[in-house]
Amino acid sequence: MSTQESRPDLGIDFAGHHFRNPVTVASGTFGSGLEYSRFVDLNTLGAVTTKGVSDKPWEGNPTPRVTETPSGMMNAIGLQNPGVDVFIERDLKFLAGYDVPVIVNVCGHSVEEYEAVVERLADDDRVEMLEINVSCPNVKQGAIQFGTDPGMLTEVTGKCRSKAKNKPVIMKLTPNVTSIAEMAKAAEQGGADGISLINTFTAMKIDIYRRRFVLGNRTGGLSGPAIHPIAVRMVYEASHAVKIPVIGMGGIATAEDAIEMMMAGAVMVAVGMVNFTKPDAVTDIINGMEKYLTDTKTHDIRSIIGLL
Amino acid sequence: METEKIRKRSRITEKELLAPDIYRLSFETDLCSSAEPGQFILVYPPDGAKLLGRPICIADVTSAGSGDAGQRLSIVFRIAGSGTREIASCEKNDILFIEGPLGHGYPSDDDLLKGRDIVLLGGGLGAPSLLFLAKKLAERKDIPGSITVILGYRDSSLDHFLADDFRRIGIETLIATDDGSEGIRGNVLDAMDSSGIRADLIYACGPMPMLSAVKRYSTERSIPAYVSLEEHMACGVGVCLGCVVRTAEKDPHSHVYNARICTEGPVFDIKDVEI
Repeated sequence: MSTQESRPDLGIDFAGHHFRNPVTVASGTFGSGLEYSRFVDLNTLGAVTTKGVSDKPWEGNPTPRVTETPSGMMNAIGLQNPGVDVFIERDLKFLAGYDVPVIVNVCGHSVEEYEAVVERLADDDRVEMLEINVSCPNVKQGAIQFGTDPGMLTEVTGKCRSKAKNKPVIMKLTPNVTSIAEMAKAAEQGGADGISLINTFTAMKIDIYRRRFVLGNRTGGLSGPAIHPIAVRMVYEASHAVKIPVIGMGGIATAEDAIEMMMAGAVMVAVGMVNFTKPDAVTDIINGMEKYLTDTKTHDIRSIIGLL
Repeated sequence: METEKIRKRSRITEKELLAPDIYRLSFETDLCSSAEPGQFILVYPPDGAKLLGRPICIADVTSAGSGDAGQRLSIVFRIAGSGTREIASCEKNDILFIEGPLGHGYPSDDDLLKGRDIVLLGGGLGAPSLLFLAKKLAERKDIPGSITVILGYRDSSLDHFLADDFRRIGIETLIATDDGSEGIRGNVLDAMDSSGIRADLIYACGPMPMLSAVKRYSTERSIPAYVSLEEHMACGVGVCLGCVVRTAEKDPHSHVYNARICTEGPVFDIKDVEI
């Protein structure tokens, strides 16, 4: 049993904010923490990242919305959410009962809708940082359109930045681009305080016996361990292209995956699909990261960030 | 902080082939002592390459024999793809992760049941969901009304699986087949009408066209009815919003016209869902 003094330090700093450890959850895989608080002590997380919230309630896509793929899954939820009013009254209130920083994921169909949500949250003390979803492949208007055109990405970043007051603005990027480095630079140029990546890959699955698309939306976002090596490569490329910090995500299922993502350049990491298949996965990942540091005699987790 | 353990490694105590591609598996578990009819569990394919748990309704919970640990929970499912094929390939004494009980089951409070003639309608793979309910209802000596189950099958190829299990509970069990090869020719609603069975309360589980027909039938006759729905799921606990059903009114959780089948359901008051 190691003493308090000899335990490795998992604390990190991101955009001027300190977090007890680098581990958060990927937006949309953890709700606002209520359901998984049965399985996970939320106070042990570095931060909770909430499901995307929009100005008004969104209905989402027709079912089927999810399907399994080799070592992963596809989803086309379509950002169903109750809207920012309910989110503030219910979800933020719930999370305020815990000692855990909250990163709020913001979605919109237009620049104005993003701005409206950012404005509502900019003065809320319960919000640590804002993550702007310009990368969801499953809504027809907005989202990914802003994340695939560098000019539009710079513009929407600047607009959100100017409404966010003292809250750090993190732009969540899509991997469905030719150059992730270029998109990372576009976000930085717009004034982003950080970037997070990767969102899901646009994918398609066909039921050959029923001769139709498996998902109601025809296409969906691919996630899970299947995409992890691509995510590591993209986090590496993006983090080396910009000075702002990166939240790395994409198929992280184990502590080793999380450590790998940090060595590739991520300051924080987000755990996604594995929450669905192992509801207490984040606990194992945080404990496993601490064990890795102890076993490798690494006293400060910051020393492994961007090691390569 | 104490967090709940509702996902556990559980040993298979029995495996039975009921009909082509339809299996009953029983698990030794202490997870489901509080399970109610209509609730479900997630069963994780053992290999690890397929990640998502498969949602399967609880077909029965019984106490173990003397000297055995835990309770016995059984599920009945059909091989529908590679995940369920993997689960079906497991044998007695193999260990699988299961998670549950999940969702809300069939309501059965005294006020709802009192004095009503109850009909259970099971179409195909809907029958297992009703078996546990039938057993619990039959144990309720306080119900003055009758209990009848009608099981619908396309033909005789599935050997009318589970029909004898319902009969053993001691409730009246009718069979309807689309091709008339057994029991009454037609669907479960045809069978109810042609047999002159009166329903004051309907519980139904089966394919969506059957449930839509039950909705029309019960609405026209103002009969209260509860249906169990299924949908592709990822998390099973209300997080991913993958398994929604269109609702008649704004859902109090989602604040849109969608309810989560895994959490608000899988059993719904038929009035509340657009099916």
